[in-house]
Parts: sequence; structure tokens; C-alpha cells
Amino acid sequence: MRDDIDYVPTNRFVLWGHHFTSVAGAAPIIGPGIAVIWGWLPAFLWVVLGTIFFAGVHDFGAVWASVRHKARSLGSLTGDVISVRARSLFMVVIFFLLLMVNAVFAVAISDAFQATPSSVIPAWSAVFVAIIIGVLIYRMHVGIMWPTIVGTVILYAVISLGELVPVELPATVVSLPPSAQWIVLLFVYAAIASMLPVWLLLQPRDYINGIQLFVGLGILYGAVLIASPMIVAPAINQNMPAAAPPIVPLLFVTIACGAISGFHGLVGSGTTSKQLNTEPDARFVGYLGSSGEGALAIVAIIAATAGFASLSEWETMYSSFGAGGMTAFVQGGAVIVNNGLGLSISFAETLLTVMAVLFAGTTMDTGVRLQRYIVQEMGTIYNIPPLQNGYTATAIAVGACLALAFGAGGSDGSGGMLIWPLFGTTNQLLAGLTLLVISVILVKLGRPARYTLTPMIFVTSMAFLSAVYQLWDLYATGQYFLVVVDIMIIITAVMVMLESVSAFTRERRNAAAVTPTG
Amino acid sequence: MSSLPRAWWGRFRPLLSEFYHAPYRGAVARARRDEDDLFMLFVFAEMMGVSNPATYYTLELQPILLERFHEWHRRMGMEHSPLDHFRCC
Repeated sequence: MRDDIDYVPTNRFVLWGHHFTSVAGAAPIIGPGIAVIWGWLPAFLWVVLGTIFFAGVHDFGAVWASVRHKARSLGSLTGDVISVRARSLFMVVIFFLLLMVNAVFAVAISDAFQATPSSVIPAWSAVFVAIIIGVLIYRMHVGIMWPTIVGTVILYAVISLGELVPVELPATVVSLPPSAQWIVLLFVYAAIASMLPVWLLLQPRDYINGIQLFVGLGILYGAVLIASPMIVAPAINQNMPAAAPPIVPLLFVTIACGAISGFHGLVGSGTTSKQLNTEPDARFVGYLGSSGEGALAIVAIIAATAGFASLSEWETMYSSFGAGGMTAFVQGGAVIVNNGLGLSISFAETLLTVMAVLFAGTTMDTGVRLQRYIVQEMGTIYNIPPLQNGYTATAIAVGACLALAFGAGGSDGSGGMLIWPLFGTTNQLLAGLTLLVISVILVKLGRPARYTLTPMIFVTSMAFLSAVYQLWDLYATGQYFLVVVDIMIIITAVMVMLESVSAFTRERRNAAAVTPTG
Repeated sequence: MSSLPRAWWGRFRPLLSEFYHAPYRGAVARARRDEDDLFMLFVFAEMMGVSNPATYYTLELQPILLERFHEWHRRMGMEHSPLDHFRCC
């Protein structure tokens, strides 16, 4: 199978690093940052148990299942193992997921830029650093080491510049407030970035993000170990804000990445499996890759619960559902870094904001590019030439994301974080579908499927219950645009469940038919 | 003493290079192939009846690129060679 293009046996440590940095991004920071509103204990338990019994199994299983089928993607496997209809559902779920991830991350970055104006210059500088690295490596054939060292140093040096020159947008431009201006700017950037060659921006940006992730985790865990901060948040919050949703089922979709995430299966079966050296490496790469993301989620929980001076200060931050997120991570984490490593709070805040913004930004670049591919593919399948055009496809992809970002919660884009639980719901649906494919393969092989079937039933049920709860809640608050989106998700969830039951009944019957009776 | 860090450095560098290249190797190779395909069209356009003012300059490249012609026309959706005077398959 080796072709030295897609199928290249790779050192398992390198592949682990690739899988880990691909799956860990802004979501395991934002999700736990929101979910600690129910108290630190539920979030902590869900991340730890979810990583061990759900995410690890899911990622390992996705890589394994793909490798056993010539390293094909899970979408392709779903068509063979479950049904053609399930494969179509898979594509629908992926489309929804990309739509939401782009919209929600644009809103999160916009919020971060407004909360920490000193992060604007360092965050945008990363784009130029990435382009220079790409040109040096591909056009000038410079070795990897010096661009890496110099690029990383510049990235951190520019943080000081950001502090000296904070950037704030005008109060209104064409009657758009700063939040909306940032969202529009971010999507213009994402559209341009998605059209550029991958070697020029996406690849070096992804690479420096990976380096940032390792450096950032080192800084945060180092600071936590040295500072030994006290957790000020309650283990279980008894003083919940009035409009906060119930912990069950919302906890299990608010923290998706960091406990279990369907997005990992796309990475695992899309690129990781094609580069696996031997099948036993699947456990090391898949299981430990998702464990790395769990480690990021844990430090996000610590930052959002132990980085505050008092319980009242923490309660002020968590005065409403969705108010924490990246802001709580940045503010809490900055205090811990200040106590542990002695960096000034403003510097640490800028550092952590830049880290989280870069993660979200790179995901947006990739997300818009993937959406363009999907639109172009639909144009090819249904023979619609305009959709096959790259510019038209990008415009449609970006237009859909903008509609969702502005359609949720108000025309200023400020209510975009309302989408977060819907994003988690879609992510968990995808995870359920992936676990279903793995379970059916195990049943076919005559192996026990309970280790994948149990998490599959749990995450799919929680996703469905969350979607139903949100339907009622969104309708009650007059979010009719999101009600339509939610109804589509519920229909997809019901169809996924029906397909699951059908596939299992069929495979059990087949297994019973071939089992000799005494 | 100094040989040990150098050995580690020597081992680390290819791993870092692999970390950079591995995730996008396929995408970059496909982009490169797309550029090559366009270049092939540029070189062979006149032979297929599409007028190309640059043919005079690209003519001497044809013998060099003929070895890749078969793969190219198949990738372009032409099962057999479109050239009457050059039947590669």
C-alpha cells in the first residue's frame, strides 16, 4: 500500500504528535471552560472517565477499523459496514459539524479579541510567521530547525509588542459593532486562507500551532505544579444561575472534545491510519493521542476553577451559561501562570489568548477548506457546474457560516456561543456513528463489542436528549433559526439510531446463522 | 560529552521534519500533480488541435514529457491516447 504520498509508514512518536495536535485545539479549552458552571467535579469526572473509557476507545478503534480496511475513511467504511443511507447521514453530520465549528470559533475569537485587545497583533502575526516558514521550507529549501526556532521566538516576542499596541476596532462600521466586524474579518481571512496552497499557510500554521500546544501545555502544567493553586469553585454548584440548563444531558455535549469527540474519528481514519507503521501502533497513537487532549481539558478545568481569588469572583464570571469558556480559561490561567512562573498577568493573558485564538483560527482555516470541498463534491455529484467552481463553493461555505454566526442570538454576532451545545450534540452524534461502525466490525469478527457499544449508546442517547431539550429551550427563547437547525439534527439523530438498530439486528442474525449449535 | 547532545540533535531533526511534512504530504503531492497536469496541457495542446502560441518554446520538452503522457491522459479522463500520431496505449 505504500505510495510515499498518502500511505507512508511513520515513526509512532511523530504520528502520536500529529494525531494529538490535530485533535487538541480550542474546543477542549472552551467546553470545560463553560461546563465548570455545574461545579468542577462533574466536569473533571466526565473528562477523566470520558478520556479513558470513551475517547481513547473511540480514537484507537477508529484508527484500527480504518487500518483493517486499507486505511479507508470512516465515511467510506460506513457505506460498506452499515448502509448507504448511514453514509449519507455521516456526510450530513460532518457538514453540520463544520458549519457549527466555523461559526462558533469565529464568535469565540471575536470575543477574545475584544476581551484582550493586546492579543490582536500577536495572533495575526502568526499568519505572517507561518507564510515565511512555508516559503523558507518549500521555495528556499531551508532545513526545518532554524525556521522553527526563529519562528517560535518571534511568536512569543510579538506578544510584548501586542501589549504595547492593543488594537480595538471602531465602535461602528457600516452600523456593525466590533463583535460583528471581527466575525466578518475572520471569515474574509478564512475564505482567502482556504484558497491558498496548503504549503503556503495551512501546513506551517498547523505546525507552529503544534509547537505552541506543547509549549503552552508545558507552561500551564509547570505553573500549576509550582503555584499549587486552591480551587475556589464549588465541587457541585448549588447556586446555579436562573436560566442555566440541567447538567444531564447538557454536560455530556458541552464537553465533547476533551471527553469524546467525533471529529477525532475523521482525523484518525483520514490521515493517521494511512501513516501507521504497524497495527499495534494504533493503540499508542489513537489512545494516547486522545489522552493528550484530555490533559489539555484538565488544565482548562484547573484554570477556570482555581485561577480566581474567591468564590464570589468566580460566580461573577459564571453569572450565566456560556459566559465562562475561553475568557475564564484566559483569566484564570493567567493568574496561575503569574503565581507559578512570575510572568505578569497582562502578559500571561495575552499569551493564553493568543494560544487559544491560534488553535481556533487554524480549525477555521481547515473547516472552511473542507466545507468548500464538500460543496464542490456536491456540485460534481449532482452535475451543477457553478458549485464546482472554487470561488463560488467558498462563498457558499462562508455565507452559510456567517448566517449561522449572525442568526444565533442577534445580528451583532454576540449570541453565537448559544450554538456551543448544538455543536457538542453534532460532535457526539458523529462519535456515536463512529463507535457504531467499530462495533459492527467487531460483531462481524465475533469479538466482544460491549466496550464500544456501551459508549456508543451513551453518547448517542445524550446527544439526542440534549437536542430535544435545546429544541424546547430555543423555541421558548424565540431562537427560531436555531430551532430549524436543531430539528434537522434531531431528525439525523433518529435516523442514526434506526440505522444502528437495523445494522445490529442484521449482524446478530448473521452471527447466529454461522455459529454451530450443540 | 559533546557527542551525546549532537547524537540527540541528529535524531531529533528528522523527527521534527517528519512532524512538519507527514500530515500534508498527500495534499502537497496532489497540488504538485495538478500543476504538472496543467503544464502537460500547455505542452501538448497544439498536438490536440488547441492553438497555443507557446508551442514553439515548449516543443523541445515533448520528448521528455512523453514518458508521462500515458498517465496524464488517463488522469484527464481519456482512456486512450487522444493523439492519432502518438499511440501510447
